[in-house]
Amino acid sequence: MLKFIIRRVLIAIPTLLVLISISFVLVHSAPGSPFTDDRDIPPAIMKNIEAKYHLDRPLIVQYCYYLKDVVTWDFGPSFKFKDYSINDLVNKSFPVSIKIGFLAFLFALIVGVAAGVIASLNQNSKIDYSVMTFAMIGAAIPNFVLAPALVLFFAIYMKILPAGGWNGGEWKYLLLPVFAMSFRYIASIARIMRASMIEVLNSNFIRTARAKGMSNSYVIIHHALRPAILPVVSYLGPAFVGIITGSVVIETIFGLPGIGQLFVNGALNRDYNMVLTLTIIIGGLMILFNTIVDILYAVIDPKIKY
Amino acid sequence: MSEIILKVENLKVQFNIKSNKHLFDFGYDKLKAVDDISFEIKQGETLGIVGESGCGKSTLARAIIDLVPTTSGKIFFEGKNLTNISKEEKWLLKKDMQMIFQDPLASLDPRMNVGDIIAEPLLSFFPKMNKKQRKEKVLQTMTKVGLLPNVINRYPHEFSGGQCQRIGIARALITEPKLIICDEPVSALDVSIQAQVTNLLMELQKEMNLTLIFISHDLSVVKHISHKILVIYLGNFVEMAEKNELFNNPLHPYNKALISAVPVADPKREKNKKIDFLDGDLPSPINPPSGCVFRTRCPKVIDKCSISKPEITTINDKHTLSCFNF
Repeated sequence: MLKFIIRRVLIAIPTLLVLISISFVLVHSAPGSPFTDDRDIPPAIMKNIEAKYHLDRPLIVQYCYYLKDVVTWDFGPSFKFKDYSINDLVNKSFPVSIKIGFLAFLFALIVGVAAGVIASLNQNSKIDYSVMTFAMIGAAIPNFVLAPALVLFFAIYMKILPAGGWNGGEWKYLLLPVFAMSFRYIASIARIMRASMIEVLNSNFIRTARAKGMSNSYVIIHHALRPAILPVVSYLGPAFVGIITGSVVIETIFGLPGIGQLFVNGALNRDYNMVLTLTIIIGGLMILFNTIVDILYAVIDPKIKY
Repeated sequence: MSEIILKVENLKVQFNIKSNKHLFDFGYDKLKAVDDISFEIKQGETLGIVGESGCGKSTLARAIIDLVPTTSGKIFFEGKNLTNISKEEKWLLKKDMQMIFQDPLASLDPRMNVGDIIAEPLLSFFPKMNKKQRKEKVLQTMTKVGLLPNVINRYPHEFSGGQCQRIGIARALITEPKLIICDEPVSALDVSIQAQVTNLLMELQKEMNLTLIFISHDLSVVKHISHKILVIYLGNFVEMAEKNELFNNPLHPYNKALISAVPVADPKREKNKKIDFLDGDLPSPINPPSGCVFRTRCPKVIDKCSISKPEITTINDKHTLSCFNF
């Protein structure tokens, strides 16, 4: 197992390198520069600025400079907000995104699995149909429609929750974004869980466990849940990626000071350093998370060997 | 004479099937899987149940062990009527009634090792046992069924079909049951392994004074292991007799056809053997024929057959059947 984990981490390094290279090339091949402005900057000053950020050097040299930054984990100053270093900005907004992201992720996982299990145990009953209808709606509504609708209802019409903002992470301000972010994933996880649970509940070894004389709840917890949750676990990787990408939209709608917002602003301002740094952080997170999912897989299913 | 351990009286099991005759048909049809079956077994005996695929053999077994709900009828186990006792009492009785299944590998949880699989019933019925006692008991049972103690940490997929069935048997034996229902335990195995498993069951029966219900569609296996054999057709009682009586003197036309179709291990005799082929197909259990369900294929059908169901006739103390010709 340890060998497998080490190997997975080693594989992650070239993956990250490819990620850095591709995003570097893409960002730099976009037209314009961080310092294009409405008014013309005198050529002499422009030259100075470019020299400061190594923008006058060939791309390959810039690339090497950048790699050095990554290795030393010092991304230098932001091109746009010159009083802040990238590290400052990221350190400030990263916890916000992580908090919302993980809350949404956990919420989706718990509610989704519970709803799926309940639906499968009451197959073809009213409970089952209502859970599945809910899941169908959840899969169909995009979050950029759901989020304003939630704001409209809870903040403007009912006036019980704030419409946006962060306010130091107070729970009231978290509810709507977390729900808007996780809704889709609750729906998908519930559907996956229901389908795999029904399949497992109909399999022979469940019948055997019942014939052995094990109680119903014991059979469900000890025999059915573990194999049934495997498809959900493999869905967690893509779900996590989806939540992180979705956070860009949600953070913009709710005005949350997270990395999603930084990312959008960075891309609009052509803040090369900012965009690249966030790409690496998000990419690294995803690689980390997929590794965790793979390890979880091996823990849950002893048939999988590495 | 040993005492009667299990008695089944007029057992009926019906399932509701969506009829779907047209788009807006939300009605249900009744599928009569087991229709009015009665029999009894004495302690230490083996009852073989034979019949075609889909005739209700497995449903009958599952109804006895409470895996499917019964529609009507009574099941007496050691004098207790299983159909009207509380859930807890029924559950306690599962300690005395265990079941072995058809597909040995699929019947074992692929994510549990052998030791845990076999030990699991102990958690349920002997919660006071500690880990060491449980392991001891598991090893004991494993030796009994011919499994080596060193395989205790392996997973089901690492075993052959025959070994998996041994695990299944060990798991059924560990609660020291009085009755074991074997639902086609050997039909998924090849012939030499079939013999091993059947012989193992017979040895265990002698050793532990077990009562067995042995379901199969293979008549020669059933003949080898059983004392008494019950033949069912479309969920209905056909004929029940001591095994030699049933094979040497089959009376019911369906049973005659069945026995005559058993292959003989002698090419000369096999060539000259006359088989009573039956015409037609098995009718649907959703809409069975009126009266005697076998009348659509019966060579000796008479007018009476379509009007009412034949009563169970006793020929002698070893032989009963359900047919108007007797």
